[in-house]
Amino acid sequence: MDYRSPASVREALDLLAAHGGGAQVLAGGTDLLVKLRGGYVAPKVVVDVKAIPQLRGIGEDARGFRIGAATACAEIGEHAALAAAWPGVVEALQLIGSTQIQGRATLGGNLCNASPAADSVPAMIAAGATCEVAGPAGEREVPVESIVTGPGRISLAPGEFIVAFRLPTRRARSGDAYLRLIPRTEMDIAVVGAGVALALDEKGVCTHARVALGAVAPTPLLVAGAAAALIGTRVDDVAMAALAAAASAACKPIDDKRGTVAYRVKVAGVLARRAAHIALERAQAQ
Amino acid sequence: MPKHHVTTTINADPVEFLCSSEQTLLDVLRDVLDLTGSKEGCASGDCGACSVILDGRLVCACLVLGVEVEGRKVETIEGMAQGDHLHPLQQKFLEHAALQCGVCTPGFLVAAKALLERKPDPTETEVRYWLAGNLCRCTGYDKIVRAVLDAAGEMRRS
Repeated sequence: MDYRSPASVREALDLLAAHGGGAQVLAGGTDLLVKLRGGYVAPKVVVDVKAIPQLRGIGEDARGFRIGAATACAEIGEHAALAAAWPGVVEALQLIGSTQIQGRATLGGNLCNASPAADSVPAMIAAGATCEVAGPAGEREVPVESIVTGPGRISLAPGEFIVAFRLPTRRARSGDAYLRLIPRTEMDIAVVGAGVALALDEKGVCTHARVALGAVAPTPLLVAGAAAALIGTRVDDVAMAALAAAASAACKPIDDKRGTVAYRVKVAGVLARRAAHIALERAQAQ
Repeated sequence: MPKHHVTTTINADPVEFLCSSEQTLLDVLRDVLDLTGSKEGCASGDCGACSVILDGRLVCACLVLGVEVEGRKVETIEGMAQGDHLHPLQQKFLEHAALQCGVCTPGFLVAAKALLERKPDPTETEVRYWLAGNLCRCTGYDKIVRAVLDAAGEMRRS
């Protein structure tokens, strides 16, 4: 195995193109090094993308926030303006692993590892985040929900990688939240995760909502029916009950040691409703 | 595959070493540089026994490639005591009997040092969450948490 640390997107694309399927992108390494050690992957070359300036750091412009795909979660969590604008996204990414993992783990890695239970992904989908993808044919921007196609599988073409994430400017009277259920308080994998983002008009009527679920299907789910249950309402108990029912109805979970199908379906509705309550309070407080 | 020649800083000392692409920072510390204070518990980032500070960030050395530390600053348990003079955290771990078998201890000490550098006056809850990635199978954690809080108090006073 060779190790390369390209200094530009172009150089990284050339390396990926030259090695085809034998190349593996390395960002924080918290998933990749475990897979290397376990023999689950055996790349000919590891392409470390952390030395590419466009993949590092957080910027803010007229469109909102741009987060380099290889920025460590610990660094993202320390960005006060981002945490104020998108508290649900920041809470979600801070749930990934321990302090040590936070020091290395990245949003690009969390997404491209393609675990159905990835914590940052439902929160980013709810927030309407997009990815800047670099590839042999140039750059394209796609919604986060278009990336994961199954457990461990992503829609990126060979030779493509994620350069950055875009979070839109926060709307007036809006809020987001992410909740995860685990049987303990720290260091575990989601049984269910729920992300909600919503916005209200001057009268308190919901004008925009996105609801996303994790760990209840082969991929993170964007649940249009749950969002539709809120839009046009005052986000009252009736709307919340409809949101919970739509969230539960969208689940296609597995039975495993962390939870049964019936449990996950029920909890998905409960968590989505609780996350919507927090998002609502944040929107009202703005 | 030729080895990589890496130039780095470990515990404020300039260090050069050769490593293969596959070797982790933990492999390099222990097997190449004879810095065996960092322990291998799980080799998968779950136990924290290999905790080191890399450019000011607490990380697991088992999840960093050795070649990645080119030009960077690494702090390990070996840099904590100054000669025979123990770091206050080390002294308090002894006073509180915050270790038994000792395998997890270097990782806890490095992790606790990283916490107190950021937050000199943490609450017990903050200590417990910060150290959630360090596993100890002997002490039940209470003595460790008390030692960290006691050391934090002493470091603030001095």
